[in-house]
Amino acid sequence: MSEKHHIIPVWFFVGVLLLVYGVMIFVSGLAAWNNPPPDVQLAELHAPVWWGALLIILGGTYCLLFRPGKA
Amino acid sequence: MTPLPALFVVQRLVHLRAVDLAIIVFYFGLVLAIGFYLKRFAETGEDFFLAGREMTAWVAGLAFVSANLGSLELLGWAGNAYQYGIMAAHWYWVGAIPAMLFLGIVMMPFYYISKTHSVPGYLKLRYGSEASALSAVTFAVMTILMSGVNMYAMAVVMEVVLGWNLHFSIVVSSLTVGVYVAAGGLFSAIFNEVLQFFLIWFGALLIPILGLVETGGWSGMVARIHQNFPGRDFTHLWSPMHSFSSNPMGIHWTGIVFGLGAVQAMGYWTTDFLVVQRVLSAKDVRSAKLAPIIGSFFKMAVPLIVILPGLLGRAVLPFHLVPASEVQPGQFKYDDVLPLMLARYCGPGLLGLGITALVAGFMAGMAGNVSAFATVWTYDIYRPYLRRDAPDQHYVSMGRWCTMIGLFISIAAAYVVMRFASMMDYVQALFGFFIAPLFGTVLLGMLWKRVTRMAGFLGLLAGVFSSVTIFTLMKLDPERWVKVFALSPEAKGLAQDMYQALWSCVTCVLVTVLVTAVTKPRPDEELRGLVYALTEVPREEHASLFHKPLFWAVVALILFIVLQIIFW
Repeated sequence: MSEKHHIIPVWFFVGVLLLVYGVMIFVSGLAAWNNPPPDVQLAELHAPVWWGALLIILGGTYCLLFRPGKA
Repeated sequence: MTPLPALFVVQRLVHLRAVDLAIIVFYFGLVLAIGFYLKRFAETGEDFFLAGREMTAWVAGLAFVSANLGSLELLGWAGNAYQYGIMAAHWYWVGAIPAMLFLGIVMMPFYYISKTHSVPGYLKLRYGSEASALSAVTFAVMTILMSGVNMYAMAVVMEVVLGWNLHFSIVVSSLTVGVYVAAGGLFSAIFNEVLQFFLIWFGALLIPILGLVETGGWSGMVARIHQNFPGRDFTHLWSPMHSFSSNPMGIHWTGIVFGLGAVQAMGYWTTDFLVVQRVLSAKDVRSAKLAPIIGSFFKMAVPLIVILPGLLGRAVLPFHLVPASEVQPGQFKYDDVLPLMLARYCGPGLLGLGITALVAGFMAGMAGNVSAFATVWTYDIYRPYLRRDAPDQHYVSMGRWCTMIGLFISIAAAYVVMRFASMMDYVQALFGFFIAPLFGTVLLGMLWKRVTRMAGFLGLLAGVFSSVTIFTLMKLDPERWVKVFALSPEAKGLAQDMYQALWSCVTCVLVTVLVTAVTKPRPDEELRGLVYALTEVPREEHASLFHKPLFWAVVALILFIVLQIIFW
C-alpha cells in the first residue's frame, strides 16, 4: 500500500482480526455443539462453527499474503 | 426536554458472555496498537491530514464507503426498512450510486489536480476566501456536533443493548478514538475504517443468511410479510411511488429522483469533506477516480445487511415494533430491529462479533468526523486566518491538538444532546442545510468558468438561507407549508428533506447565475486546473479496458439499473 513509508499493509491487520475472531467463534461454537443456546433461532445449524471456520480461512490467507516483510 | 429516566429506563436486548467481551476487548486493543504503530509515519502535514496521499484505490475506496457505514446509519436504516419497506434502499442505490460514479469520473480529477487538502480548500482556490470561510466554519461546527451525536447515540445503544453505563461508553470510546487519531492522523482513521468495513460485513451478514433460511427464501419472506401485514406493500422499490399517498413514506418518484438522487446524494457524496477526504488520500489520479467506483459496488450490496434485516424483522418477529415516540415499557422501537435480529440468530461469539461491529461503526464515525474537523480547522481556518507562515511541523502539532480538543467539544456536545434529546434531530438537519447548496456552488465552479467570486459566495449563502427557511416553515406550520414545499400534505419527514434539498440547490444555482451575469469573471490564467474548460484531465488512453475507471463506472451503472428493474 505504501511506497514512501513501507507501512505494514492494512490487509495484514484485517487478517489478524479475522483470524483471532475466527478462532474464538469457532471454539465457542464447538463448546456449545451439544448444548446450543435455547433462545437462539436455528441453533441446530451451528452457525458459529462454520462462520468461525470461514473467518479462520480468510484471516489466515490475508495474514499469509500480506505478512510484514513480504515483498 | 425529555426527562432522563424516561430516556433510559429500557430493557436490555442481549446478554454477553465471556467470549463476546473478549472479542470487544481485542478490538479496542488492536485499534490502539495500530494507532501507536502508525504514529511514526504521520510526520508531515500531508501524512497526517491526507495519509501521505499514498493509498491504493482499494483502500481509499473501502474507507470512502466505510465513512458512511457508521452504526447510526446501520441502525437507523434498518429501522427505516422495517418502517417503510424496501423503499429505504433508495438511499443506498439512487441516493448513492450515480453520485459516487459522478464523483469518480467528473469531479475527482479537479479535487486531485488542484492539490487541495479539503473541499473548502477547493472553494478558496476557485472562488476566494468568502465562500471558503463560510463552508469551512459551518463544516467544522457541524462535524464536531455530529461527532457528539455519534458518541451519544453509541452510548444509548450500548445502554439499551448491553446495559452498559452511559458515561463509561462515552469516556472509553472517545478516549480510544482520540488516542488513535491524534497518533496516526488520517492513516489511523483510514486503517480503522477498513477494519470496520470487514467487521460490519462479517458481523451482520449472518442475519440475512439465517433469516432467509428461516423464511424459506425471498418469496417465503414476502409471503410472511403479506400474512403479517395484509394489504401493505413493503417489497417494491418504485411502483408504490406513482402518488404521494400510495406508499408509507408519503413521497412521489420526483422527490426520490430529483431531491434525493440529483441533489441530496450528489451534495453529500461529492462535497461532504468527510467522505471526499478519503479519496483525496489516493496515490494518483487514476486511483482517486477508481476509489469511489470501487466503493459504489460495495455500497450497492449494503442493503443486504441493512435493508434485508429490516424486512426480515417484519416477517419473523413475533411482535410489532413502534415509532420511538410511542414506545411503551415492554415494546421495541423501529431502530431496535437490527440488534433484535442479531440476538435472534447469534449466540455467544457471533453476538460479540456483531456488537463489536456496531461499536467499530460508532468509533469510525467519530474518528471520521474528528479527522475531517482537524484538517478543515488547521488548513482552512487556522492557517489562512490565524497563523499563515508557520513550519509544517507546527500544523501537524495543531492537527494533533485539535483532534483532542475536537473530541472534548464532542463530549460536551454529547452531554448537551443527552439533556435535550430533540437536539439530535436538529443537529442532523443542520448538516442538510449546507450540503445541497454546496453541491450547486462546487459543481458550477467546476463546470462553468464564467462564475464569479461574488456569485459563488452569494449563491451558497442564498441556498443555505432558503434551506433554513423552508425547514423552519415546515416545522412551525406543517399544515400550511408542507404541501407548498413538499408538494403534498402527505409528505413525511424524509420526503420533506428531499424537497428542501431540491429547492435550496435550485435557489443556489439561480442566485449564482444571476450574480454571475452582473459581475466580472476572473481571468482564465487564474482558473487553470480548477475548471473543466481550462484543465487537462489525464486520460487512461494507454491503459487496458479493465484498468479504465470509466469501464468500471459503466459496469456499476448497469448493475444499478438491473437492481432497480428486479425490485421495481
